[in-house]
Amino acid sequence: MESLGVLLTYPQFPYLEQELLRRGCHLLRLYDSPKNDQFTFLHANASSIRAVIGDTHVGADAAMIDVLPDLEIVASFSVGLDKVDLVKCKERGIRVTNTPDVLTDDVADLAIGLAIAVLRKIPAADRFVRSSAWKKGGYPLTTKFSGKKVGILGLGRIGLAIAKQAEAFNCPISYNSRSEKPHPNYKYYPTPLDLASNCEVLVVSCALTNETRLIVNRAIIDALGPQGVLINIGRGPHVDEAELVSALVEGRLGGAGLDVFENEPNVPEEFFWLDNVVMTPHVGSDTVETSKAMADLVIANLEAHVMGRPLLTPVL
Amino acid sequence: MAMPSLELDSRYEEKPKLLLLQPINGPFKTALSQKFELVKADESPLPLPTFLSTHCLQIKALFILAPTVTVDSSLLDQLPSLGLVAAISAGVDHIHLDACRKRGVVVTNAGETFTPDVADFAVGLLVDVLRKVTMADRFVKNGLWMGKGDLPLGSRVSGKRVGIVGLGSIGSHVAKRLMAFGCPISYFSRAPKPNFPSYRYFSSVLDLACENDVLVLSCALTAETHNIINRDVMVALGKDGIIINVGRGALIDEPELVRCLKEGVIGGAGLDVFVNEPDVPKELFQMENVVLSDHRAVTTPESFKGVSELVIANLDAFFSGKPLLSPVSS
Repeated sequence: MESLGVLLTYPQFPYLEQELLRRGCHLLRLYDSPKNDQFTFLHANASSIRAVIGDTHVGADAAMIDVLPDLEIVASFSVGLDKVDLVKCKERGIRVTNTPDVLTDDVADLAIGLAIAVLRKIPAADRFVRSSAWKKGGYPLTTKFSGKKVGILGLGRIGLAIAKQAEAFNCPISYNSRSEKPHPNYKYYPTPLDLASNCEVLVVSCALTNETRLIVNRAIIDALGPQGVLINIGRGPHVDEAELVSALVEGRLGGAGLDVFENEPNVPEEFFWLDNVVMTPHVGSDTVETSKAMADLVIANLEAHVMGRPLLTPVL
Repeated sequence: MAMPSLELDSRYEEKPKLLLLQPINGPFKTALSQKFELVKADESPLPLPTFLSTHCLQIKALFILAPTVTVDSSLLDQLPSLGLVAAISAGVDHIHLDACRKRGVVVTNAGETFTPDVADFAVGLLVDVLRKVTMADRFVKNGLWMGKGDLPLGSRVSGKRVGIVGLGSIGSHVAKRLMAFGCPISYFSRAPKPNFPSYRYFSSVLDLACENDVLVLSCALTAETHNIINRDVMVALGKDGIIINVGRGALIDEPELVRCLKEGVIGGAGLDVFVNEPDVPKELFQMENVVLSDHRAVTTPESFKGVSELVIANLDAFFSGKPLLSPVSS
């Protein structure tokens, strides 16, 4: 990988940079330029850039790909590819890799953690204790997680991991997917609305595509209802955020655990005051262990590409 | 002319008397009153000893609603006819079991009614501490995501070695849930549990702490388990180690816990119980690596409904001479 010109689109886990440098890569940091100056930077360095490492914040869109004539590979530090223009990459013959499997467990763990945190109001309890309010009286009851009907939108790797964990809490599992899957223990519903009408905790864990954009709309939220809980570990644009805000503020939805938002890092201010909303800043795979595993996979893919070997986790 | 039946209509049969020393309200009070005559010591102007000697010499059953009353020898001596103490909680450290046993008084508790909720809560606290869920929620709700600061990375839950102190009903339900997270399970208990051959047994909490990343405390509080988590155990658990306590505050040497967290001897803690609730050591309020809750592991409507049904079922069984549903063995 000696002297491979790699564009980093967003600040990364320090280990990733260290390992790239150790292998002799020439690193270019897009985020060192102010936002309105980034195309100047890209133009100036275009001939050096053969690889782009993107992530969930900044990927590789058509505009960027167009100014990089020597781009050979986009190695995304993520499993989701909604920030990579796959059509453009295919046209140009640019290889694309992502980081599946290594982060599956972390995202699933967070989904379950958020569900319990919302239903049992754990962050609210922590605030209650720290404010010394506990000395003055009790907090209202919070509702049980075990046995709740869990509906999963998208039964891919992450959805399946969530199903398996929720089963250990005796939660009946149902799902909606593009097609029915060979899991006889899990009930398939042909539409997201059917699913939302028949579950109590709805988890969004599908890829973001044109078909799944705004898949959680007003109808879905209404079907979940005042006792229902939405958990989003997919992408912000899966959910009609304005509808979600009004449903939560008005009490038409029971609660939400959200790791992703329409316009990160902006989050609706109305959520700041709601005990039944738990928010995390897109940390689904943000553990030391998984970040290292993702970095290793990105590097292994780049190395394989440079050596002319098969890529480990190619998408294109 | 046929003689009218002299058998009393069951509506006029006296309901069995049930002594309460604490206030009770709401649907549970209504349900109990339908079956039992409630003798309410808390509503009497008489001092308790006088009330007991005047009204309670024939009382056979006592219902304890909260650990604010200690059932000890002195109280039991004032209730010579007592046969049953029905507790609403799972933990019965406020009921002196030996003193009860000596007097032939049986104790019932919440049995397994609370178990799923407590197990869920223990897992919720564990994921929260490792993945910094509450810390993240605080970070976002304080508007910090917009700023320059970043949330530090969390630590993977899957694969963490979890040591359970007390593999009873709650402990085994915690184990089942965490197995699905890919956490290898080991435990400390008074004796190995033959029903759980796949969990590794340790005969000392110190050894358990040496070989695990997380300790979950789910045992009863007794003289033996008081301060079972001391400094040595915390040192053995190590600087990345996490303690989750859904048992009783006094299972842990609380001042030592605060010191160990401050000094980085252990990595973090999720605590639902404290030695002197609702007083919580204030030093904990400054710490980001702890998650604190207000003894709410059991406070769900589902648990409350379940336990009130169980208390009534135990009382019914007692008064009709049938086997109790959730007797506590001392």
